[in-house]
Amino acid sequence: MSAPNKSYDPVEVEALKPEEVERARDEALAAFAAAGSLDELKQAKVAHTGDRSALSLANREIGALPPHAKAAAGKLIGQARGAVNQALARRQGELEAERDARVLVEEAVDVTLPFDRAPRGARHPLTTLAERIEDTFVAMGYEVAEGPEVEAEWLNFDALNLGPDHPARSMQDTFFVQAPDGSADSGVVLRTQTSPVQIRSMLDREPPVYVICPGRVYRTDELDATHTPVFRQLEGLAVDEGITFADLKGTIELLVAKLIGDGLELRWRPSYFPFTEPSAEIDLQCFVCRGESIGNPDRPCRTCSSEGWIELGGCGVVNPRVLIAAGVDPNRYSGFAFGLGLERILMNRHSVADMRDMVEGDVRFTLPFGMEI
Amino acid sequence: MRVPLSWLREYVDLPAGETGRDVAARLVRAGLEVETVEQLNGDLKGPLVVGQVLSIEELSGFKKPIRHCFVNVGDANGTGEPQEIVCGATNFAVGDKVVVVLPGAVLPGPFPIAARQTYGHTSAGMICSARELGMGDDHNGIIVLPPEYEPGTDAIELLQLVDEVLDIAVTPDRGYCLSMRGVAREAAAAYGLPLADPALLDVPPANSYGYLVKVADPVGCDRFVARTVVGIDPGAKSPIWLQRRLQKAGIRPISLTVDITNYVMLEVGQPLHAYDRGRVDGPIQVRRAQEGELLTTLDGVKRKLSAEDLLICDNSGPIGLAGVMGGASTEILDAVLDPETGESTGSTEVIIEAAHFDSVSVARTAKRHKLPSEASKRFERGVDPEAARAAAQRAVDLLVLIAGGTAEAGVTDIAAPHPLRTITIAADLPDRVAGTVYGRETVARRLQEVGCSVAGADVLEVTPPTWRPDLTDPYDLVEEVIRLEGYDNVPARMPTVPPGKGLTEAQRMHRRVGVALAAAGYVEVNNYPFVGEAAFDALGLEKDDRRRRTVKLVNPLNDEEPALRTTLLPGLLGALRRNVGRGNTDLAIYETGTVFLPKDELSVAPRPAVDRRPTEAELAELDAALPDQPRRVAVALAGERLPSGWWGKGAQAGWADAVEAGRTVARAAGVELTVRQGQLMPWHPGRCAELLVAGTDRVVGHAGELHPRVVKALGLPDRTSAMQIDLDLLTADGAERVTGPTVSAYPVATQDVALIVDSAVPAADVEAALRAGAGELLEAIRLFDVFTGEQVGEGKKSLAYALRFRAVDRTLTADEATAAREAAVAEAVARTGAVLRGV
Ligand SMILES: [Zn+2]
Repeated sequence: MSAPNKSYDPVEVEALKPEEVERARDEALAAFAAAGSLDELKQAKVAHTGDRSALSLANREIGALPPHAKAAAGKLIGQARGAVNQALARRQGELEAERDARVLVEEAVDVTLPFDRAPRGARHPLTTLAERIEDTFVAMGYEVAEGPEVEAEWLNFDALNLGPDHPARSMQDTFFVQAPDGSADSGVVLRTQTSPVQIRSMLDREPPVYVICPGRVYRTDELDATHTPVFRQLEGLAVDEGITFADLKGTIELLVAKLIGDGLELRWRPSYFPFTEPSAEIDLQCFVCRGESIGNPDRPCRTCSSEGWIELGGCGVVNPRVLIAAGVDPNRYSGFAFGLGLERILMNRHSVADMRDMVEGDVRFTLPFGMEI
Repeated sequence: MRVPLSWLREYVDLPAGETGRDVAARLVRAGLEVETVEQLNGDLKGPLVVGQVLSIEELSGFKKPIRHCFVNVGDANGTGEPQEIVCGATNFAVGDKVVVVLPGAVLPGPFPIAARQTYGHTSAGMICSARELGMGDDHNGIIVLPPEYEPGTDAIELLQLVDEVLDIAVTPDRGYCLSMRGVAREAAAAYGLPLADPALLDVPPANSYGYLVKVADPVGCDRFVARTVVGIDPGAKSPIWLQRRLQKAGIRPISLTVDITNYVMLEVGQPLHAYDRGRVDGPIQVRRAQEGELLTTLDGVKRKLSAEDLLICDNSGPIGLAGVMGGASTEILDAVLDPETGESTGSTEVIIEAAHFDSVSVARTAKRHKLPSEASKRFERGVDPEAARAAAQRAVDLLVLIAGGTAEAGVTDIAAPHPLRTITIAADLPDRVAGTVYGRETVARRLQEVGCSVAGADVLEVTPPTWRPDLTDPYDLVEEVIRLEGYDNVPARMPTVPPGKGLTEAQRMHRRVGVALAAAGYVEVNNYPFVGEAAFDALGLEKDDRRRRTVKLVNPLNDEEPALRTTLLPGLLGALRRNVGRGNTDLAIYETGTVFLPKDELSVAPRPAVDRRPTEAELAELDAALPDQPRRVAVALAGERLPSGWWGKGAQAGWADAVEAGRTVARAAGVELTVRQGQLMPWHPGRCAELLVAGTDRVVGHAGELHPRVVKALGLPDRTSAMQIDLDLLTADGAERVTGPTVSAYPVATQDVALIVDSAVPAADVEAALRAGAGELLEAIRLFDVFTGEQVGEGKKSLAYALRFRAVDRTLTADEATAAREAAVAEAVARTGAVLRGV
């Protein structure tokens, strides 16, 4: 470092000559521009802005100048250094951006690699189907009622106007529970329908009663493609003042629209159930062929066996005898009831060809149904 | 009930172009369950004609007998020349009338007929068998027609080959539709056409010289009509029309007399029985059986009778099970042709029984003897007691007409008084039930259409017809009106449902449990609840294990599985094995459902009256007779719980996953679990966790790895693990309302400790001690390492915990955190004998 020298002639200072300053500036700018990497830029930065760089040295010489010359030299050097620092910062920014972009490219992965580390689960479609129907009715104001699967005969049959010798009682192939003495006279069966839950609901609460009763029921059928001895029913019951067959029709139509879709015709066939009168079977127009397969061998329909209709379930106006057995005044109240077979609805709604798939528990059957249907 | 359309048209003048499907659609809408509409020979095309065999040449040298015939087919072949036909059947002779199909015709199949060369001759057509013409599968032989038909006559018409048959599943309330008469009545109402009632016949009044009948049980038998016909030609055969109608209705023709009784039963719905009068000993008596009395029925089975069975008897004893099946001893004898004389022998005098029996009595007898018959089927559902006289008359008429018999003048008719039932019904009840307006006139007209007589204005006095025993209540009449007016014409509307309460807490919890398990990777399965001893043996249950106390079925589907499950595991493990067998190796499945646990005190469920609400005591008795049916959830796992992959190694499913599943379930229920070492089959004695509701001693389930012996017995993958929990016990605690925690924003102080304890000390105990000792500054504790080995010594394990301390109101000093840690360690030392490992 040279000491200040008051007698020194500034014109004599080579480093402060404007052309020298400009040269040093231009050299710096060129070096920055030529730097191809952050490392090269760092070297150029040391060379052109460091303590030993030409401009730094020149800056230091200013102090030695006589006062009248200091301003001009300061301005000259200051401008040059400003330009150099600006260029350095710009180039720094450019090179960092390039590096970042390169790193991102280098860090790229194959996002299509399969990743199934967390095992997938699913709920059984019969469960979620029941919930969907329950929710439809709960939204209307119904309650969900449940009852035991091993049930008293009185609740499963007698209270439903199925006396001991009623022909319909032999229609239902019932599993009987052994009595304590080993005989069949236990008065207890595996429920053949969820209707006993309707009776229990009426016994449990004062009208109006609006309940939906889902559950497993049992009949002595062998398992095959269209039958299973253990299956799921979902019954509904409305008991109130002034309930009519028309209310039943409206309710079922709404359910079908929510569950299957709009625009399908329903067919109401008179039928016979001891617990309802009038009774009806409800057929739904086949949503696959819309009835066009009837008598049309060229367009057979597997879903409806070319019948054009799919059996949905049974229903009717509650027989006053049932109300009486359940302690409801039939002169004041009336009701409707309906029952649906969930397996059949699942088969139709989701084109399941074989009922065995629903009972065997193969995870490949259940997985695609996910958490809700 | 099979209803040939051609026969139905005899009683209702249906529009000519109406097809079987059209008629079926109308009947379906009126409430008859038409299951199928069968097209008989829909694709049959003539010429199919009567032929007379002129000559037969037996061809030899073939593997089977072959006949070369010439048959006179009249002008049907266009030439009038004999038709040359080669035939493989042998049950016909020269001169016989047969059915010939000529070239150009198409038999059902379709099977086009053309002249062809065969066995060295021209065969221009075929001589037909019953099977080839769709007349039943029962015989292969050639149809030999009665001699009276002219060669060349159209046989399609003659044999009534083309028809449609409606097969109707008759519901128990519509017994009258087990007859042409009943179905015709419905068809007439559906089309608004008049009915030609086949039961409207002229019947001579009862008199005192009919066959003697004594009815000792007028409740079981409230009507007994007997008629006698003599001089019947035993060789007479049922005419083709009669045979064909029976065949189409699904009844095999047997002999003329039997065919006639069956025919009349199909026509008017009244079961008839024909006795060979020569074989009946003295008067007919109707009475209940004596216990143990014997009867050989028509099917040749010797039956031991019950005191409840209603019998038809003569002096020799029982000769029939009333309304179910006749006895062998008085059976009509088939005609036997004496080749010497050319005369037939067989029954020539018959008694026709047309009776009315109690439906319950017949149903029980048919059930007791496992003998459902065409007769019992009808009596069970109710037969028109007033049709007995007409049915007997119809049978007599046919026996006279076809069998050459002579009706005797005696008419027996024993009738218990039959009070007419009258139902009082408000004329607007159908309106109120349907939710629409029919009006009195419509209501009355519809009731009259089904045969009721109707009187009254606002309140109707309705007398149902005798063939409708099902009509007893006002609502029965309401149904008749609404169905005939059409269910489709009832409007649709929505009831006004009062605001509901939504799902119950338990129902919401059950849903959450399912969702939580599915979200944790479990797949739901549903299994049958049927189990047998073998399932309990496989689970290694002791002989006195409570789970072997089961609810048993009287009539199980499978004798090996006569009981209901007391645990979900047999079904669930079965499903696991089924999946493994199908190549699904990495499995996590769950099931929720009830188990069935017999009560300590077993009882029989009462059968209270149904004309009132049961008393509270009766209801309590009903429930007391039922087993406990708690709801459970169970999981089973095998294979990899977390799969290996490009990301690294996975993890095998094991006991810890099963325990975690228990916690998942409990958390979904809003309950915290504590876990302690347990021992319960079918779990591994060293790898079984008892699951308890935190802070209680209540065990709600078990989890862990299955016992290796169980794994082997059931053929499961090694290390199969399972969990079962009682959801009802979780519900009982319910989810308490959570108090919002105060979240501290001050920094956390983390301190680690490693403690050496005996191997047998449960980690849960150590953690509990640390928590208790650390006090309220402890925010969280986490076991991050378990270590065994030389450094910690034989029979010891090292447990390393990270403790996080934090205060709600200040930054903790290092001294405060250390003091808390030391207090925690001191408590662990005191409670579990832990030794602090070099820090
Ligand atoms: Zn279809």
